[in-house]
Amino acid sequence: MADFSNYLNSNLTPGQAGAHLWVVIYILIIFAAVSLAVIAMNWLERKILAHMQVRLGPMRVGPHGLLQPIADALKLLIKEDIIPENADKLVFWMAPLVVVITAFTTYIVIPFGPTHAVTDMNIGILFMLGVASLGTLGIIMAGWASNSHYPLLGSLRSSAQMVSYEVAMGMAAVSAILMTSLRGTGVYGIGSPTADAIGTLSMIEIVRAQMNQHVWFVFKFFPLGLAAFGIFAIAMVAETNRAPFDLPEAESELTAGFHTEYSGFRWSLFFLAEYAAMIAVSSIAVTLWLGGWLRPFPHWLSGDAWDTAFSIFPAFTFFVLAGMALRTTVRMPKHPYFKIQKAGLGVFGLLLGGIGLVLLVPPVRDRVQDIYWFAIKVAAFMYLYIWYRGTFPRYRFDQLMRLGWKFMIPTGIGVLIATALVGVL
Amino acid sequence: MADILKSEQSPSSVEHIEAEKGVDQPFLDATELILNMGPQHPSTHGVLRVILKLDGEKVLNTECVIGYLHRGVEKIAEHRTYAMFNPYVDRMDYVAAVSNGLGYCEAVEKLLNVEAPPRAQWVRTILTELNRIASHQLWLGTHALDIGAITPLFYTFRDREEILKIFEKYCGARLTTHAFRIGGCLYETYDGFEQDVKKFCDFVTPKVDEYETLLTTNRIWLERTKGVGVLKAEDCIDLGVTGPVLRASGVKWDLRKAQPYAAYKNFEFDIPTGQNGDTYDRYLVRVAEMRQALRIIRQAVDSIPEGPIMGKVPKVMKPPVGEIYHSIEAPKGELGYFIVSDGSTQPYRVRVRPPSFVNLQALSKMVEGALVADVVAVIGTLDIVLGEVDR
Repeated sequence: MADFSNYLNSNLTPGQAGAHLWVVIYILIIFAAVSLAVIAMNWLERKILAHMQVRLGPMRVGPHGLLQPIADALKLLIKEDIIPENADKLVFWMAPLVVVITAFTTYIVIPFGPTHAVTDMNIGILFMLGVASLGTLGIIMAGWASNSHYPLLGSLRSSAQMVSYEVAMGMAAVSAILMTSLRGTGVYGIGSPTADAIGTLSMIEIVRAQMNQHVWFVFKFFPLGLAAFGIFAIAMVAETNRAPFDLPEAESELTAGFHTEYSGFRWSLFFLAEYAAMIAVSSIAVTLWLGGWLRPFPHWLSGDAWDTAFSIFPAFTFFVLAGMALRTTVRMPKHPYFKIQKAGLGVFGLLLGGIGLVLLVPPVRDRVQDIYWFAIKVAAFMYLYIWYRGTFPRYRFDQLMRLGWKFMIPTGIGVLIATALVGVL
Repeated sequence: MADILKSEQSPSSVEHIEAEKGVDQPFLDATELILNMGPQHPSTHGVLRVILKLDGEKVLNTECVIGYLHRGVEKIAEHRTYAMFNPYVDRMDYVAAVSNGLGYCEAVEKLLNVEAPPRAQWVRTILTELNRIASHQLWLGTHALDIGAITPLFYTFRDREEILKIFEKYCGARLTTHAFRIGGCLYETYDGFEQDVKKFCDFVTPKVDEYETLLTTNRIWLERTKGVGVLKAEDCIDLGVTGPVLRASGVKWDLRKAQPYAAYKNFEFDIPTGQNGDTYDRYLVRVAEMRQALRIIRQAVDSIPEGPIMGKVPKVMKPPVGEIYHSIEAPKGELGYFIVSDGSTQPYRVRVRPPSFVNLQALSKMVEGALVADVVAVIGTLDIVLGEVDR
């Protein structure tokens, strides 16, 4: 028990502090939170996409379809689990596990706050990129084991795509890592010229470097940081097989791509992994470029008053959400049919409000605001993913490769060299 | 291709081909892959089956297998009176049912030597042009969906709904309308028909621009459609391809101008043509056709003549012995009806020249050397309806 309470006073991640119990707690919390985020993301994607496409989206299961993801999960659980007769059974069985495990393993090093990570590795970013790319293996396994043409084509596309975009992604990430060790302010004088310059691969230290240098790396050496960020942002969409780079599961060409033969719970594991991977890669982008858990303008708007003002944001967000829910409750049709839905939405609104109130309590407030700023940045990326899906047609395979090899990688190398030059000069 | 054709005789043809191929080839010689696309496939627009011979993703050869939706429409005609067969034609190209009806009614009218009164001609023109817009909207939505843009589908369906509402108010049906009768139209226009149509024109004009904002200058859309499925003008003529596909290749051929029927000679409109004959040009031509159709509708609504809507036709239709070929410009191309009459109440033979069927011939030529993704784009750009291909 000493271990348990001692950790709370240390200013380290549980992994670094050696608090094994807390490591387990953190892993459980992160697993639950990511799963919950995937469920929320499922609902939000349907709703946002629906509104972009002049329709309502789920409206029947629960108020405004809030329970739709749960109904879907239940449906997937009780569906018949089919393994094709000619499939390689063992590989077929393992593929979704590999995909899910790799997608969730990356969360170990993601810093949701200065101490809110399972552990901090000195090679954090390498670990993340490495484990994230292992997911490809699961997709190839799925495509191969299905013993069917469409999944095979889908998995081949996926592997080619991931391998090519990983290079571009790596180039962009290296520029960010380089920026941690470079002091300068660039042409536009953004950031602090006097900060310590520490070269580091640790996720937490990268964010700290942005704190010390008074600049998010997306703005550092403007526009070099922005260019590298842009390359990363495009490559990460390709890396997670999302529109407009969703060739491996291009439904209009390959029916469902690598998971054509999967059904029921196995399929839902792929779904879970895809969304978990989206959140993971967005987290890398946030950590590298957008200042991780840092709140906006920590130096310019510093002081106790500003700190308090910004720390109210999480509670404020929940109050807004609660207000929206309650407003919808009031505006629901006055028909007896809606009675249960109305009550449900009202309770949901009050629950959100209650969470908001809890977030106002000072100790909670201080511990949660880092996570809040991190989550809000990741959420912006999630919105972008949905937006892309609603806007863009799909690239063709050869065009995707051309974009990757002939544009992204050369630009990535160019930005990297330019960053080094600007930093040294 | 012969082996693919031969294998068609076996029920599980694809397996059959692969087994046959494997005899003298070493195991795991993966130079060629035979992919069976359809009949259950999300983007073959129904039950088209395309057998693809692939080298990796590259298409070496294709073979279309049709007939999964064959209902013997032409044979049915031989056992129905002329009037009774009228609703059947709606089921061929079910997204442009009004055009089918127009072609059939006009063909029989020619055979009977009667003519629909001017008012009926005008109403027919308006409804047919509305249907052309509806057909092109459905095409645009599904074509964009095939290429991966999911949003235009919902925009076009939202606006197509307004057309279907007008159809519903006019004749009670939305899709298979059976709007026209031999000798005119059965129904007089409802009160407020003109206003409804005008309102629709005003409503949809900005919407066509809206579809264009999503696609016309979209970088990915350009890359996916430019230079894909190129069909030269000579090839089009050799293959008998008609409609927007022909016009996108630069041939200015539109039956509404070349052999005016219904009330088309009274209206001013242009024939949009393309130059390159690729998927992008076909897209531009169809979008331009939507605008031209609106132009025609506006002129027609302003000048609907008064008078009867149904002409004088005998109760029992017994056309004189003879044959007739009449074709109209359906949204997908030249839709022709060849009717042979033996003087009885039923046609001796009806042969339909469906645009989708003829245009589908071009598929193999268009996708040679292309990638799998292009096959989907080309099937979409040909704008086929399997109900019409198989009849």
